[in-house]
Amino acid sequence: MKNPLRNKEWPPYVVGLCIGVLSWFAFATANHPLGITTSFEDGVALIEQLFAPQWAASNEYFTQKTPKISWETMLVVGVFLGAMFSSLASGDRERIVVSAIWEQRFGPSITVRMTAAFLGAGLMMFGARLAQGCTSGHGISGSLQLAASSWLFSILFFGTGVATAILLYGRKGANHV
Amino acid sequence: MFDPIWKLALGLLTGIIFGVLLQKGGVAKSRVIIGQFLLKDWTVLKVMGSAVVVGAVGIYSLLALDWISLHVKPLAWTGIAVGGVLFGIGMAIFGYCPGTSVAACGEGRRDAMVGVLGMLVGAAVYVGLYPSLQPFTESLGNRGEVTLPEVTGTSPWLWIAFLAIVAVVAFFVGHFGSSSGERIVQKEPPDHQSTGNIQTPKHPVKA
Repeated sequence: MKNPLRNKEWPPYVVGLCIGVLSWFAFATANHPLGITTSFEDGVALIEQLFAPQWAASNEYFTQKTPKISWETMLVVGVFLGAMFSSLASGDRERIVVSAIWEQRFGPSITVRMTAAFLGAGLMMFGARLAQGCTSGHGISGSLQLAASSWLFSILFFGTGVATAILLYGRKGANHV
Repeated sequence: MFDPIWKLALGLLTGIIFGVLLQKGGVAKSRVIIGQFLLKDWTVLKVMGSAVVVGAVGIYSLLALDWISLHVKPLAWTGIAVGGVLFGIGMAIFGYCPGTSVAACGEGRRDAMVGVLGMLVGAAVYVGLYPSLQPFTESLGNRGEVTLPEVTGTSPWLWIAFLAIVAVVAFFVGHFGSSSGERIVQKEPPDHQSTGNIQTPKHPVKA
């Protein structure tokens, strides 16, 4: 039998089922839900504390929270490594800077795409920290715990995402996906 | 400052599996995420939906056995509402969510790498403005760490059964109802700067 890691893609339901089982594993072994963005917050908070200790001392954040290198930090490192192993095993590696759908709408400029990616990602992370979770922390882990906050977050981000994508790409944009 | 080493190792192992799954699921590609927001490619909802249903069954079973506790995020109305809207706008512009952008970095995608820098800046702004943001997130109240079953006074299994039925119906509609639910693969031509280790699509489509 062919090593499944050499396949470029697995059926989405199989992947979803495995992520569901992985969430049992995460809860059962580390008593922790799958989540990504808290570790970004912890990471920059530690950096700020390191390089601007006086400023950090004046910020209430550091009296209320204790940022640390945690299970979740290593989870993020693992996601990077796992995706790298997986894409190397299957040869599914793409360095795409400007995707086809972006190019047909906003042109081939790398500067424009990179600026948009930087700002969009920054806005996304800021929103995730306001809401205390992202697609993983709220969308998957929170929703599967039937958390009220997570269902509200998921419906709002999905609806806003659809509206934004249609505004950006137009209804016809779907022809280029 | 550090979790114990066994916990760090466990996090790394869990993350590696999560990364493999995200990559194999195809959700580390911005065209798949944008395709979902344009309601064309349903991969993202298929992955998330099945993860939520399968996850809920296991988590509420483990909870009934007293093996685990829930980790529910508080329902701070303003924080969730404003955060959710900003998150959706940012994600549609960026083309990845936080987890899938990290996976996309592993796949070698340059736009995702720039995005991760943007995410660090976004998190830094949040930490910097925390003293004024924290009261803002609770400006319309904080309902606390509540679940839908608790809010409605119903059994969680009722919700899980409902979600499972929705998932099964969606599966059959997606598979037999129409062809629009099918995953569109390999429509994007490989980019010009690639190193040539990408297989050429069998049916390249001019974008």
